[in-house]
Amino acid sequence: MTQVLLNALVVGTTYALIALGITIIFSIMKVVNFAHGQLYMIGGFVVYYFNVVFGLPFWFGLLMSFLIVGALGVVMELFLFRPVMLRVKREEVTMLLAMGTAVFLESLALIVFGEKQRGVPPIATGIFELFGARLPTGRVVVIFIAAALIIALMAFIGYTKTGRALRAMAQDREATALQGVNLKWLSAMGFGLGTGLAGLAGGLLVAIFAVHTGAGTAVSIKAFLMIMIGGAGVLSGAILGGFVLGVLESVGYALLPGSMTFLVIFLIVIGFLIVRPNGIMGKPWG
Amino acid sequence: MLAWNTGSIRRKLMLSVAAGVLTVSGYAQAEETLKLGALGVMSGPFAGWGGVMCQTFKSRAGMWNDDGGVKIGDKTYKIDVVCVDDKADPKGAQTGAEKLISDGIKYIQGPNTDSTAESAKTVMEANKAINMPYAFSKSLYTPPASQSILGMVASYQVGPIIYKWLMDNKGIKKIAFLCENNADPLNQRNEGSAAAKGLGLEVVSDQETYESGTTDFFPVLTKVIGTSPDHIVLSGVNPSDVGPLIKAARELGFTGTMSTETGQDPKAIYEVAGEAANGFIVAGGASTEEIRSDFMVKFIERYTKDWGEWNDVAGLFVYGPEIMVQTLQKAGPAALEDTEAFKAALDGFVGTNPFLKDGGELKYVGRKDYGQPRQVSVPIVVQAVKDGQYEPLFVGALND
Repeated sequence: MTQVLLNALVVGTTYALIALGITIIFSIMKVVNFAHGQLYMIGGFVVYYFNVVFGLPFWFGLLMSFLIVGALGVVMELFLFRPVMLRVKREEVTMLLAMGTAVFLESLALIVFGEKQRGVPPIATGIFELFGARLPTGRVVVIFIAAALIIALMAFIGYTKTGRALRAMAQDREATALQGVNLKWLSAMGFGLGTGLAGLAGGLLVAIFAVHTGAGTAVSIKAFLMIMIGGAGVLSGAILGGFVLGVLESVGYALLPGSMTFLVIFLIVIGFLIVRPNGIMGKPWG
Repeated sequence: MLAWNTGSIRRKLMLSVAAGVLTVSGYAQAEETLKLGALGVMSGPFAGWGGVMCQTFKSRAGMWNDDGGVKIGDKTYKIDVVCVDDKADPKGAQTGAEKLISDGIKYIQGPNTDSTAESAKTVMEANKAINMPYAFSKSLYTPPASQSILGMVASYQVGPIIYKWLMDNKGIKKIAFLCENNADPLNQRNEGSAAAKGLGLEVVSDQETYESGTTDFFPVLTKVIGTSPDHIVLSGVNPSDVGPLIKAARELGFTGTMSTETGQDPKAIYEVAGEAANGFIVAGGASTEEIRSDFMVKFIERYTKDWGEWNDVAGLFVYGPEIMVQTLQKAGPAALEDTEAFKAALDGFVGTNPFLKDGGELKYVGRKDYGQPRQVSVPIVVQAVKDGQYEPLFVGALND
């Protein structure tokens, strides 16, 4: 059982990190970014190229995964989402745009990165043993980094001027603009922050898993599931949703036949959303 | 390393652009051109199969074209390969098959999975097009079906051979099966489990599965390893999952042997799983250094030049175009218009295998399993990963 709990901790932490970016974009833009998984995938490849191909330190690659994928997000906001949202108010248009972007990014990645799965050398070696359960050192390092990133993001959103402006924009765009906040800049920055986090998650997790160009769709679906559980647009809800999904998955695999695990998870989520359609946190971000 | 990879990307982009330009300008107006097709999953987690199949066919076609083309009857033809991505979707396979056939193509390599091959089968049979799936469903190859030819060794053919070898050489007694919750891998798991029981092995786990897109395999492997198997079979595992699965199993303390019956690239596995990948057993193609011919070396060079990096799965896929073209040459020009002439040639066809150092024959087998010659006689090469390469464990031949 110790191994199951450790598995839940690792899966939950990684899922929480994945869910943060998508919920930030949803909260400030009201856009469900279905390209989140593809941006996660690109982040993984950025680290692979800097670390394995160019021979630079993993940590530098990780930084670049945030900056490059974040910059890609800014470009997406400026040239794709902003013009469309100015012309059309229907939400499904931005969802379709996000889906189209996902397909485009995945196809482009296949041409540029090729069909092979990629991995990076372990960032730490060795195994911790705890009451008979095994936890590789690399996973411990990743958990701590992920936790540190989550705390840093919460601090940024909660205590900095920009973070407060982002929260204000999520609650009321017009009132925020009346306070003299430059919404155009803030939207681009917020979108870039959300995609940068997706890149950072992909870059970090490539150290313990692997990455391939087809990885994005499943990540997007799970990220969407997490924010539905936690409450769309609620930062702490995304973290909670990630942990809930991680625990459900790990315990489910331990107690049920593998083919039943996600069937049961989806039934639980459907039942839960009938009772609480806004998710666990159930309120607008902020 | 930097120069190699940027070069690789540049080459890929240039090839893509060139392909587009050639398509737009409708090339080969001055020469006889034979259009052949590749239909398979060329995107997503399975791109390591269908994408490589397409690239393999194009590279082999490039070699034929560089040599002046392929002579069939009195005419010499340049080969033009048209690839269609079915995205592992049965509906995509059906429309993809229709698209290729409407383009005048009668000979198609692929699809890559049972569900897509079964879906494409109706189109192939109705339109009398020949296809070469990499799918193991027996109904594809058994009468009244006649248009599909299995392009590789099926899991139910090679699985028992590997398990027997492991029993004799590694002393395994308990075996576990793990697969994705998907039709093809589930079928392969069921067949493998039945074969293992038939050999007297104790199957300690054969009900555990994981969902497509799983990133962390610790949860599902914790349960499998908890049953204390000597050997774990990753049934029908796709190329994107195999490295993380091996790595996770070793990190969880599993010290037994592991194998799969689907084609995999050893370098990619080693890059993800590191030394944990050493000893992983795969039934693969004929590109292992110890057994490859000079011609296979040339093909590897060509593939690497075209696509930037060798993929061992191409060593399996190259058998498809090879026997397809050799059979067309034997069947003659009539087969270009009517696949009945091609099928009539299958029974007695004996070609040459250019890929093995020791040569040998290329022919159609499968009478025992399918009641008619509807399988390419790909050699059974069982190999183990060793530092990013394969070392052969043993080589066998398919029974007819």
